[in-house]
Amino acid sequence: MMLPDLQAPPHQDAGRPLEVVTARRPLRWLAAVVVLVLLAMAASALVTNPAWEWDIVGQYLFAPSVVRSVLLTLELTALGIGLGFALGTVLALMRISPNRLLSSVAWGYVWLFRSVPLILQLLFWYNLALLYPRLSVGVPFGPGFFDFGTMDLIGPLTAAVLGLALHQAAYAAEIVRGGLLSVDHGQREAAAALGLPPARRLFRIILPQAMRTIVPNAGNEIIGLVKGTSVVYIMALPELFYQVQVIYNRNGRVMALLLVAAIWYLILTTVLSIVQHYVERYYGRGRA
Amino acid sequence: MTPMVELRGVHKSFGSLHVLRGVDLEVGQGQVLVIVGPSGSGKSTLLRTINHLEKVDRGSVRVDGHLLGYRQVGDRLLELPEREVLRQRTQIGFVFQAFNLFPHLTVQQNVMEAPLSAQRRPRGEVEPLAERLLARVGLADKAGAYPRTLSGGQQQRVVIARALALEPKLLLFDEPTSALDPELVGEVLDVIKDLARGGTTMIVVTHEIGFAREVADTVAFMDAGRIVELGPPAQILDAPAQDRTRTFLSKVL
Ligand SMILES: Nc1ncnc2c1ncn2[C@@H]1O[C@H](COP(=O)(O)OP(=O)(O)OP(=O)(O)O)[C@@H](O)[C@H]1O
Ligand SMILES: [Mg+2]
Repeated sequence: MMLPDLQAPPHQDAGRPLEVVTARRPLRWLAAVVVLVLLAMAASALVTNPAWEWDIVGQYLFAPSVVRSVLLTLELTALGIGLGFALGTVLALMRISPNRLLSSVAWGYVWLFRSVPLILQLLFWYNLALLYPRLSVGVPFGPGFFDFGTMDLIGPLTAAVLGLALHQAAYAAEIVRGGLLSVDHGQREAAAALGLPPARRLFRIILPQAMRTIVPNAGNEIIGLVKGTSVVYIMALPELFYQVQVIYNRNGRVMALLLVAAIWYLILTTVLSIVQHYVERYYGRGRA
Repeated sequence: MTPMVELRGVHKSFGSLHVLRGVDLEVGQGQVLVIVGPSGSGKSTLLRTINHLEKVDRGSVRVDGHLLGYRQVGDRLLELPEREVLRQRTQIGFVFQAFNLFPHLTVQQNVMEAPLSAQRRPRGEVEPLAERLLARVGLADKAGAYPRTLSGGQQQRVVIARALALEPKLLLFDEPTSALDPELVGEVLDVIKDLARGGTTMIVVTHEIGFAREVADTVAFMDAGRIVELGPPAQILDAPAQDRTRTFLSKVL
C-alpha cells in the first residue's frame, strides 16, 4: 500500500534555509478600510456641522469657572477614592478575619451601601440635619462629650465627600478582598514561618502582591468616579457637569458646553489610564 | 545535654481526621533526623507543629528546652501571645516543598527580609550576611534577580539561604526536592549535606533514600500518624524490623 504522506521530503540545497511567507488575509484589509471610512465620516460630521460651535468650545474650555470646576471634580474623586479605599481595605480585612462579628459587620456594610443608589445616599447625608439636628460624641445612650450642630458640620461639600467615600468603600472592600484572596496561601505561611510581624506581613508581603489584582479594578473605579462625581450636581456643588449646565442655561449654547465637559472628562480619563499603566507595571515586577 | 527537639505525646486532628496519633521524638544537638513514610502519614503536619504553624491538640513540643507556643502553669499550657511565638519561630528555619519565595522581592531582599524586620538587625550587618549566604549556596551572582527568573534548584537554594539568614538553631525541610526536575535535585541536596556536615541540627522529610543513608544520624519511618520505627540508617533502611517499613521501602527504592 502507498503512504504518500510518509514519503521523505525532496532534498534541498544544503546552504539555503527555507523562507517563511506569512499568509495574506484580505478580509482583515477590507475590515480596516471600512473602519477608516466610518471614522472619516464621524470626523467630518463633528467638524463641518456648525451646530457644534467649535469656537464657543474653544472659548469656554479654559474659562476660569470651568477650570475651577474641573479642580473640584478632581478633589471629589481624590477624596472619594482615597477615603473609600482606606475604609474599604479595613472592611476587607474585617471580612476575612476569623472573628465572626467583624466579618458580619463588614458583610452588612457592603450589602447596605451597594444596595442603596448613590444619589439617594447623597441626599440622605445632605439632609442629615433633618434627622439629627445635633451630633454628639460620647458614650452610646449615655452622656455626650462633644456636641455639634449638624448643619455646621456637614455642608454640601462634606456631604458629597462622605457620600462618595462611603459608597466607594463598599466596592473597594470587595476589590481589596478579591486581591487578598488572589495571593497564594504559601506566601502567608512563609512570612509567618520567618517570624515577620503581622503588619509587616500585610504591607510588605501580601498587599503588594494583591495589588496586581487590585490595580486594574481600582483603575476602573477611579475612572468611574471621575464621571460619577457628576451626580453631586443635585447638591448644587459647582463641579464640572454642574458648571457647564449653569453656563448653558445662561447662554443657551447647550451642545458646545456639553462638548467642553466631554473633552475634560476625556482628558482626565486619559491621564488616569496612563498613570494606571505605570502603576500596573510597578506591581507586576518580578513576573515577566 | 538537652535535646534540640523533644516531642511528647503529640496529637493533632483536622476535624474528624486524626492525623498525628501520639508522636514522641527526640533530636540531639547537631543531629540530622530524616523522616520517611507514605503520603498522608502526617510528615508535613509533624514538621509544621515543630514551628507552631500548626497548633497541637495534646502533648508538648520543646525546642532547645523551651516549650513552643505555650508556657506551662501547673499542669496546664497557656498559649503565648503572637509576638512571642514569632520570636520563637525566628530560631527555626523552614524550607517548603513549594519554595514560597516572595516573587515581588529580589533574591537579596528575600534573604534580608526576616533579619531586618523580624529580628530588627541593622541593614549594615544584614547586607554582608546575605552576600555570604548567597555565596554559600552558590548564587552570589543572582542577588539582584527576581525568583521567577531562576531555575527550581536555584530557587530552593535561595529558600535555604533565606532560612539561614535568621541564624536558626534548627532547620526543618519538608520534601525540599520533590518539586524539582531530577537533574536539579543534586545541587539542592549538596547544599543540605554541606549544612549537615557543618553541625546544623535538622529534620528532613524526603523520599531520597540515598540522601538519608549518607546524611542521617537517625531515620524515622512514619505511618498513619505514628513513628513506626526509628534508628540508624543502616538499621531502618537495610534491616527494618517492621513489615510496614519493609513494604514502604520496597516501593520507593
Ligand atoms: N490544614 C488541613 N486541613 C485538613 N486536613 C489536612 C490539613 N493538613 C493536612 N491534612 C490532612 O492530614 C493528613 C496528613 O497530611 P500531611 O500533609 O501531614 O501528610 P504527609 O505525610 O506530609 O503527606 P505527603 O507525603 O503527601 O506530603 C492528610 O490526609 C491531609 O489531607
Ligand atoms: Mg507533606
